[in-house]
Amino acid sequence: MDMNLKLKIWRQNGANDQGKMVDYSLSDVSPDMSFLEMLDVLNEQIINEGGEPIAFDHDCREGICGMCSLYINGEAHGPDRGITTCQLHMRKFKDGDTIYIEPFRAKAFPVIKDLVVDRTAFDRIQHQGGFISVNTSGNTQDANSLPISKHAADEAMDAATCIGCGACVATCKNSSAMLFVGAKVSQYALLPQGQVEAADRVRNMVAQMDAEGFGNCTNTGACEVECPKGISLDNIARMNREFFKANI
Amino acid sequence: MALDSKVPQGPIADKWTNYKNHIDLVNPANKRNIDVIVVGTGLAGGSAAATLAELGYNVKAFAYQDSPRRAHSIAAQGGINAAKNYQGDGDSTYRLFYDTVKGGDYRAREANVYRLAEVSANIIDQCVAQGVPFARDYGGLLDNRSFGGVLVSRTFYAKGQTGQQLLLGAYSAMNRQIGRGKIQMYNRHEMMDVVLVDGKARGIITRNLVTGEVERHSAHAVVIASGGYGNVFFLSTNAMGSNVSASWKIHKKGAYFANPCYTQIHPTCIPVSGDHQSKLTLMSESLRNDGRIWVPAKLEDAQAIREGKKKPTDLSEDERDYYLERRYPAFGNLVPRDVASRAAKERCDAGFGVNATGEAVYLDFADAIKRYGREQALIHGDHNPSAEKIDKLGKEVVKAKYGNLFQMYDKIVDENPYETPMMIYPAVHYTMGGTWVDYNLMTTIPGCYCIGEANFSDHGANRLGASALMQGLADGYFVLPYTIGDYLSDDIRTGKIPTDLPEFEEAEKSVKEQINFFVNNNGTKSVDHFHKRLGKIMWNKVGMARNAQGLTEAMAEIKALREEFWKDVKVPGSADTYNEELAKAGRVADFLELGELFAKDALVREESCGGHFREESAETEGPQKGEAKRDDVNFAFVSAWEYTGEPADAILHKEQLEFNDIELKTRSYK
Repeated sequence: MDMNLKLKIWRQNGANDQGKMVDYSLSDVSPDMSFLEMLDVLNEQIINEGGEPIAFDHDCREGICGMCSLYINGEAHGPDRGITTCQLHMRKFKDGDTIYIEPFRAKAFPVIKDLVVDRTAFDRIQHQGGFISVNTSGNTQDANSLPISKHAADEAMDAATCIGCGACVATCKNSSAMLFVGAKVSQYALLPQGQVEAADRVRNMVAQMDAEGFGNCTNTGACEVECPKGISLDNIARMNREFFKANI
Repeated sequence: MALDSKVPQGPIADKWTNYKNHIDLVNPANKRNIDVIVVGTGLAGGSAAATLAELGYNVKAFAYQDSPRRAHSIAAQGGINAAKNYQGDGDSTYRLFYDTVKGGDYRAREANVYRLAEVSANIIDQCVAQGVPFARDYGGLLDNRSFGGVLVSRTFYAKGQTGQQLLLGAYSAMNRQIGRGKIQMYNRHEMMDVVLVDGKARGIITRNLVTGEVERHSAHAVVIASGGYGNVFFLSTNAMGSNVSASWKIHKKGAYFANPCYTQIHPTCIPVSGDHQSKLTLMSESLRNDGRIWVPAKLEDAQAIREGKKKPTDLSEDERDYYLERRYPAFGNLVPRDVASRAAKERCDAGFGVNATGEAVYLDFADAIKRYGREQALIHGDHNPSAEKIDKLGKEVVKAKYGNLFQMYDKIVDENPYETPMMIYPAVHYTMGGTWVDYNLMTTIPGCYCIGEANFSDHGANRLGASALMQGLADGYFVLPYTIGDYLSDDIRTGKIPTDLPEFEEAEKSVKEQINFFVNNNGTKSVDHFHKRLGKIMWNKVGMARNAQGLTEAMAEIKALREEFWKDVKVPGSADTYNEELAKAGRVADFLELGELFAKDALVREESCGGHFREESAETEGPQKGEAKRDDVNFAFVSAWEYTGEPADAILHKEQLEFNDIELKTRSYK
């Protein structure tokens, strides 16, 4: 059954604008629509009425690129679990609901416009060590010359599934990026290829994380709950261990 | 201009090695004086940017997304092929080469495909060294799965997120170079035009999507790696921002556009649910390893299911038609994508579709769950397991293999695919056509290269599963970094290209004129309005089955729509700020031109091959009755189109395809 909704959406015309919540109403919303398709319909309505559409980030619309964000009714990526906003469907809401839509908020994620934020701080952390230093040569050793236990490979994969969306930061009361950085540090820490540079990697990435203005971790665990990819808090513990190891 | 593919002489197995041994190189000190622009940071662009920077070139990389890690390569699910023969099942470079040429319905360039197969093994080595966590077996060695159109297991994978992991590998290699200052990364930038100086590509004009600023960037060579153009159909599995504009801009400046009609309609996507739909979601082909595709055998059952009076699980085995297994016993559910898609359309057109719109078939895992469950029970030492235990163990195995895909399906459709079969239908996925390139991957503009999905060269008329990732990384890691040196060796004394040349000024001026036109047009209809209408024309008349009348109509309709677009498009907001509608308007303007050329290309190609099916060209008798009929006598060529103004007036250049190492045969998967 189609729904009528009230929407309260953050509008901010550029980084230096103060910004405010603006009310919209939208009718005939199909429960099979994704949340972003609902915003598409709203934007079409705004354009037809002569207004400026609401800016929001999105791209793949299948939960993997990490481009979409949104803080919906006080939760990163909205009320469902294990998904990004583009995978949230309107069947999770009821006719007559009021929905609050805000950008991911953190000092290190300044607003660009409306619901679009700048997450390049994540890239800058990766520039400091989110890699294994191996050139492309065409005569790298054979891939099977170094067996890796399935458990380690699977665990590395679980850490590597992070999509870099920033929900962990938006959720954390300290705006900490420890889940994101921990996942990357863990992926390499779990693999033999990552050992050579392990100490420098964790030191440099943590230093950049601090320089970007992300907060520290106080083990609340909200990030793990809101993470669309189920990245485990264990990764933060592993990063702390790696950091400790690198500094003694 | 005559097309010169520049394929080296000599036996096919030695061409690439001999060629590499004889091309010119640029010495390391001189590389520091040479700039290269890379547009797009997916698997091809990201790997190329990283490798060129490792070699010592100064790289400027551009992406419309907010980070190179978000390019749409990230959405590739199933895997990447490589002729490693780790399974000892008879794989080899030749067999991968043969499968790819045959899978492409003999419309690819032999020498390029052989090179692709040759470097495929290096890709896996490189990615493992970068820390890409491929799936492994309990012995710690790499695991493989099988994909459509082949008889070996050569596909490497990382759960259902192989594209993500490979892209993050390329992104990590880029990060290392960005950190060292060898790559300057421009996120949220869109290429608006290419700049030619003395006939050579020497730079691009970009728009900063945050500030709206129009910028000039110069370089000694320009590499286009901007992906495919499936979004010309509006609905596709591509990302919302995926577009043809970079490719189209170079086309308008002299790069020939090849085989635009070769488009892959992927058989296993989630069906359309309504008019609000903004994109379609793929369910990986890897699912066909274990899923069986069927529709009801009787029309009345199909109707009862459509009306909600019956459920798929109500039908017994003999009331089901496993039509791929029936029609293609040798390959069964693992026939290539074009064949599987047409077979699904054939059943649905005949009235056997299973959802409300009649455009869906089942992909069923019940048998796989039973098979795996029994196997696991044995492994656990239970020789007489109960049905519940088999079911539980089997579901665990299926979850480990495809868990993220099943979750995705559940979230979108609101049905549990562990309990009831998935509903799937074909959707536009990948474009085999693209910018024409020679063996060096250079376009017909000197100094302008095109790699990855954006070029045309390796997949012929149909791409096999798990070959896109292979091609993107082969081009970026192992091919372009060599071939571009041969061209750049002439530029060691050129010095920096100044951006105050009149050519830059002129290009910038015309870009700004178009932007100003859009924001001042005061039309009445949104960009999406036109994009959706274009998509409908494409899907209905230039989609899975094409005929001369429909294609002729499509050309006229697209031309009319394009004229209406320029008169009546409405772009709110201003030019000097973040304005997604403005960005979309520029992309749709290019799709409206490409769409017409696409239809024209399909009209000219009066044969059926791969993803291009002309209703006039089907087998009428014998064991292949109803299958696509290729015409090697008249159409064994690449169509390379030269831009002259109106898409309808584009000039056709033919590159005749020669097959010296593979015999041209009817492609049979029976």
